[in-house]
Amino acid sequence: MTDVLAVADHRRGELRDVSYESITAGRELADETGGDLHIAVISGTVDDFADKLNRDGVDAIHTVSHGEEFNHDIYSQAITQLYDELAPQYVLTPNSVNGLDYAPAIANELDLPVVTDTVDLDNDGETLVATREMYGGKVETTTELEGDAVITIRGAEWPAAEGTGDATIEAFDADIDEDAIGSTVNGFEEVGGGDVDISEADLLVSVGRGIEEEENLDLIRDLADALGATLSSSRPIVDNGWLPKNRQVGQSGKVVTPDVYIAIGISGAVQHVAGMKGSDTIVAINTDPNAPIMDIADYAIVDDLFDVVPELIDEFDG
Amino acid sequence: MKILVTVKEVATVEDEFEIEGTEIADQYLGADLNEWDDYAIEEAVQLQEDGIADEVVTVTIGPEDCEQTVRQALAKGADRAVRVWDDALEDVDLLDVNAKTEILSAVIEAEDPDLVLSGVQAGDDSFGATGVSVAENLGFQWGAVVNHLEHDLEDGLASVRRELEGGVEELTDIELPAVLTIQTGINEPRYASLRGIRQAQQKPLDVQTLADIGVDESAIETELELTDMYEPESESDATFWEGSPDETASELGELLRDKGVAQ
Repeated sequence: MTDVLAVADHRRGELRDVSYESITAGRELADETGGDLHIAVISGTVDDFADKLNRDGVDAIHTVSHGEEFNHDIYSQAITQLYDELAPQYVLTPNSVNGLDYAPAIANELDLPVVTDTVDLDNDGETLVATREMYGGKVETTTELEGDAVITIRGAEWPAAEGTGDATIEAFDADIDEDAIGSTVNGFEEVGGGDVDISEADLLVSVGRGIEEEENLDLIRDLADALGATLSSSRPIVDNGWLPKNRQVGQSGKVVTPDVYIAIGISGAVQHVAGMKGSDTIVAINTDPNAPIMDIADYAIVDDLFDVVPELIDEFDG
Repeated sequence: MKILVTVKEVATVEDEFEIEGTEIADQYLGADLNEWDDYAIEEAVQLQEDGIADEVVTVTIGPEDCEQTVRQALAKGADRAVRVWDDALEDVDLLDVNAKTEILSAVIEAEDPDLVLSGVQAGDDSFGATGVSVAENLGFQWGAVVNHLEHDLEDGLASVRRELEGGVEELTDIELPAVLTIQTGINEPRYASLRGIRQAQQKPLDVQTLADIGVDESAIETELELTDMYEPESESDATFWEGSPDETASELGELLRDKGVAQ
């Protein structure tokens, strides 16, 4: 039997979507052999979270009431103790920033292999087959392993679990050693405010690594002016300091849903796509016909942006 | 204060490539300093320039071929480098997180730094797990996905910002010694100066085997097996506009007018 322990993700009083997605992923793994799906929810308003997590397919929910916000030391201690108690085959966590802050630690502590950022999972009770991307999504790979493991799952790869379940909800009396807590969260800050809110725009002209040099950004600015569009970008442009944080589209930036999104020289890394896939119409201009952005584009121009963009400016300025 | 930076040479892949078995064919592969590690090196060098760090040491797991990448880190300002390699590592297809943890932990224990900076992930296999795993293994504290580090490090504390999803940052104090995994954008990595490149040739680069660092070969046996590699099936149902730039631009212009978003 394959029992699975999935760990919920929450922040500032809200469960994050991946918590419901990990119920689906965990159920699929447990179903292969008729195992049970356990959910751990740690810190914050755990009773309220437990009610919300009680969806179809969950067998048991274990609440650990300790502190308000995520702390990796509390999570690590609670999860390793739950693992000892429940003896699941797989511990499933989100591949979120917080998931990556404790999943490798519990794997090391429990002496288990860890496989991260999985996009598909399969098992026959003995062998786990995990599908992952490599080289920034250029290839997919399958990795196999036997026995127990810690697995992190990428967000938005599994559908969210729905319905109302009949899970048992129990408080787990974790023995948290306060002396072992080596970090303190002092607060949170929203970043990326400022003069413009790209999530309000109807037309976004968005620029990525393909622009090559900071000086070349003027070309994209001219295009945005000619079209009356708002300028946004992928992460590398902001990392380079060429545009402020409030222009960044993606997982760590803004989520945008314009009528039309023009992606110029953007390859379409998963973190970027997470921020713009809800756009009504997506147009990609890119030299690489196999770039991941093409998978979600409605229209595409496979050509050099430095040839196409000036023509487009002429079209509207001329 | 002594800072250790983990540095990886990553494989880069051309746009067009072929797969042989579970590897990309050699002729389509290049090599580069891992992007995230570049930021980690820069942060360490800035801490040294600010008078907080006395010594910056890099550690790399890799064959002799990757010394050019190690020298890049030295040229940017690291003081010396350790490179671990062994015949036993030659035949390993996939060095998993636990194996990397064993090797890096042994070097870190010997070096005894106050702070370890590691990239959030490697651009090739993207596990994103080694830094935190090493910290837990050594009994160090840690913080994952750090995009700001206060340069005082007083009272044995590192004040950091962790970059959460959705434009939210977590402000956290972490006790030293600690491992921080460094996110891109935390600083602006410098280009090595010509003087730096010249100096790098003279800086110590210490090569060690598994036996030298006291790691048993059995500790690097990976539990993960890479069984398949393939190009993801294109799910694209995009309309590809073809023609000269003025023709494709005009197609796009027409679309924008149709949608009523530009005139």
